[in-house]
Amino acid sequence: MSNEMSMRRVTAINNGTVIDHIPAGCAITVLKMLGIDGGRATPVTLAMNVPSAKMGHKDIVKIEDREVSQSDLDKLALVAPEASVAIIRAYSVAEKLQVNIGQEVTNVAACTYTNCVSHGPREPLPHRLIVHGLDPLQLRCHYCGREQEMGAIVDNLL
Amino acid sequence: MTSLITMDDLSNEDILSILDDAERLLPVARGEAFLPLLQGKLLGNLFFEPSTRTRMSFETAMKRLGGDVINLGDVSSSSVVKGETLYDTIRMVDGYVDIIAMRHPRQGAAQYASDSADVPILNGGDGAGHHPTQTMLDLFTIRQAHGTIEGLNVALIGDLRFGRTVHSLSHALVRFGCSLSLVSPESLGMPNEIIDDLKAHGADITISDELSSAIPNADVIYMTRIQKERFPDEDEYTRVAGVFTMEAADLAPAKGDMIVMHPLPRVDEIKPDVDTTKHARYFEQAFNGVVTRMALICKLLGITIPESLTTNAGGEA
Repeated sequence: MSNEMSMRRVTAINNGTVIDHIPAGCAITVLKMLGIDGGRATPVTLAMNVPSAKMGHKDIVKIEDREVSQSDLDKLALVAPEASVAIIRAYSVAEKLQVNIGQEVTNVAACTYTNCVSHGPREPLPHRLIVHGLDPLQLRCHYCGREQEMGAIVDNLL
Repeated sequence: MTSLITMDDLSNEDILSILDDAERLLPVARGEAFLPLLQGKLLGNLFFEPSTRTRMSFETAMKRLGGDVINLGDVSSSSVVKGETLYDTIRMVDGYVDIIAMRHPRQGAAQYASDSADVPILNGGDGAGHHPTQTMLDLFTIRQAHGTIEGLNVALIGDLRFGRTVHSLSHALVRFGCSLSLVSPESLGMPNEIIDDLKAHGADITISDELSSAIPNADVIYMTRIQKERFPDEDEYTRVAGVFTMEAADLAPAKGDMIVMHPLPRVDEIKPDVDTTKHARYFEQAFNGVVTRMALICKLLGITIPESLTTNAGGEA
């Protein structure tokens, strides 16, 4: 199935953001990361387990009337490091953004190890997770060195 | 090296050179020679959780070399109980001293302190994380007994999950080509990220839950205490407490030059009858904490240890 056909599975949007190439099954986590829940007034469209030449299967999210920010992209990198993001204005792609996790994720999520020093109340230094591997994504805390539980990290977003 | 947080802060060459320095300092640690290399230097001993050997050996190391020490003292009488952050405590002590030795119940505290301070930090144990200065005295003890730390068979036994001494020691040993036998109850196995790191170094590792199987081939048996204070609940601790106990008779199949080590304190992992066997090395090991910490403090402060020392009796050490 072509990329165009898979995109047509979901309605085109007038203004907002399209997030493509989300790992299959992670679309709901992406919405949670972006703080989008059922209380929203404008439409959100999800396509899950769509066939993809690049990924085998993937998820797609379209969010009406919201343009994602750089801090949103930083969060997205934790579950969808390969995602491609398009900002849509008047039904056209106005901007293409790439999620780039880099070597470190700073002040995006707290360490998943509960006894890490970074959980100390009012400690001022930044939360730092170091990228240790990309496929699959592996992160370790800069301070305690613990490998992060990727299933739990969404609950530790700052 | 600006601080010693994990063994990754030391190259193999650094390790061997520090062990050589420590060797030369033995007469000073025994009080047979006086060498005021650290005169005018002050160490801040920040122990946020209990310690006997580590804290005292840092203090002894400084004083034997003519330096001095200030202590945080009992945490309950410090500003920590008023809610002071670790960051503020470190920034404040950073202004008082030339170097800091610290122990903290939270993992990662030493790295956090190092990121907060200008003076060097020596990690004296951070939660269930690392304890690199213990590793240096362990390596010194192993080299003293076997003449090398390369290519030995080392059995690490007990609480490998929460035991920070074995986390640091295993990293160092595999870098010197040692084979590791990891013996623990399943629930207290070595953390996955450490196993991954050891394998990345090409380590030869066997994993078992039987103490007896590790004894015949071992050059070193490193016993550890089950870290009761780090268990989330008492029941979980009770299930594994006392699971490995070694007595003198267990050592019958051991090699003649095999040594038994323990970072101490022990509870019931090693029975007192082992103390008098030729294998027991844990008290010498504790003494070696003084020389290795002397050498580490000098290294971090950029102070060179002379090639030969003069003893109090006037002769060369």
